[in-house]
Amino acid sequence: MSKRVVITGLGVAAPNGVGLADFEAAIKAGKSGIRHFEELKNMNFSCCIGGIPEVSDELKLKYLTPLQLRNFTSSGILYACMSGIDAWHDAGLSFAEDEPHWDSGCIFGTGISGVEKMREATYKLDEGKVKRLGSTSVAQTMSSGVSAYLGGIIGLGNQVTTNSSACATGTEAILLAYERIRAGLATRMIAGSSGEHGPYIWGGFDAMRVMTYKHNNSPTEGSRPLSSTASGFVPGSGGGALVLESLESALERGAPVYAEVLGGAVNSGGQRLGGTMTAPNSTAVQRCIKSAVENANIQADDIDLINGHLTATIKDPVEIENWSVALGRKGEDFPYIHSLKSMIGHCLSGAGAIESVAAVLGLKNEFIFPNTNCDDLHPEISSLIAPEKVPTKLIETKEVNVVAKASFGFGDVNACVIFKKF
Amino acid sequence: MNKTELIDSLKEIIKPYIQDEAAFQNLTEDTKFIDDLKINSANLVDIVLDVEDKFDIHIEDDAMENMLTVKGAMDIITDKIGAK
Repeated sequence: MSKRVVITGLGVAAPNGVGLADFEAAIKAGKSGIRHFEELKNMNFSCCIGGIPEVSDELKLKYLTPLQLRNFTSSGILYACMSGIDAWHDAGLSFAEDEPHWDSGCIFGTGISGVEKMREATYKLDEGKVKRLGSTSVAQTMSSGVSAYLGGIIGLGNQVTTNSSACATGTEAILLAYERIRAGLATRMIAGSSGEHGPYIWGGFDAMRVMTYKHNNSPTEGSRPLSSTASGFVPGSGGGALVLESLESALERGAPVYAEVLGGAVNSGGQRLGGTMTAPNSTAVQRCIKSAVENANIQADDIDLINGHLTATIKDPVEIENWSVALGRKGEDFPYIHSLKSMIGHCLSGAGAIESVAAVLGLKNEFIFPNTNCDDLHPEISSLIAPEKVPTKLIETKEVNVVAKASFGFGDVNACVIFKKF
Repeated sequence: MNKTELIDSLKEIIKPYIQDEAAFQNLTEDTKFIDDLKINSANLVDIVLDVEDKFDIHIEDDAMENMLTVKGAMDIITDKIGAK
């Protein structure tokens, strides 16, 4: 029989809160982590605002040794280590001594690792100084650097790998880890994702004109999912991690459980039927949501809350319509829906995991974090669902039992996971 | 630069990479970087870079192969400084 899978640990490094306690307080308060960056302005970016977790040098030393931090510039790997190690400790687990934790692994995703390091290396290479790259250029720039650093620090002995599916990465990682435990191939897995920060990551998006240029003087109001004045996303960064574990293992060691992972689905629109490299095929999105409901063995009506992808581009109303069609629910019957991106921007490959940490915290501690910057709900959205389903104030409630979290990414890829209160 | 000064400079350079503090405290010319100081072999290339920066010299691949002990490193550095 397939194993039930629960969440026993969480960790997060987000633009509006680093560490679980700060993050939870921030999302309940609707605190923005979006700031103006002079560096972006000086580099002629249209969008000069973004979200970067505030991490002191002292805090870094809690996670990485001085030697590991020597010539270390890969922010995505840092966020992976911070969130992953925090989640591991939060689950009441310790680092392996000599013998690795054979039954524990990690699937930790990213879009790309070490762009700063790669830039540094490129200059040296072009000057003919290949030997000056040092010993960590590879480790810091390989995509799997995120899982490799984390796996080595903790001493993970099961599968240690990195998945990559653009902005769906984190949500997909949770489902991949879930499937592995469910199949009995691992007892516990750290599932998560991180996204790096800075101009060399964000530049390509600025060039595509998909980020907002209207809020350079009002950064905290810039990320406006679901709003009629949404004008493009605000770039973010950070990392999130969840320790997934078989229910029997959690019970056996008496580990507190945050929530159960009921199941989910991943698919692709194949860049057909309106889907492209950068735009989702709505048919595929709806199929993904329906498959997730089916796979979780629940009814569409069981979903109390949606933690949406909702990036604050012109596509938000389309996402609402897709949820509405897929679940067969509209108006007053539609579940609550919110987007964490209003506070932290779009953390790209880190988004799915950071937002899932928020979803699981809300389930466990019985609250629905508010949508900020959304007092002017988009009319196409209010024509589909009742405006009170888009809460702009914190709601403390015991009535939320099932949360659906979805993420959609470039390449026309989708992921939807279903969490249930335990 | 006399021998003591050279050893002190070298100790300063390898300090961040050592994994065995006791062996580092008792460092002699015969101390081996990997076997005694437990330095990760991948970090030897970083030590070479740091040595190059410190003494403003260039160390070729074949010379680097001999840089496995404190004495080996000292010989190379002395040789390169002399050749300048």
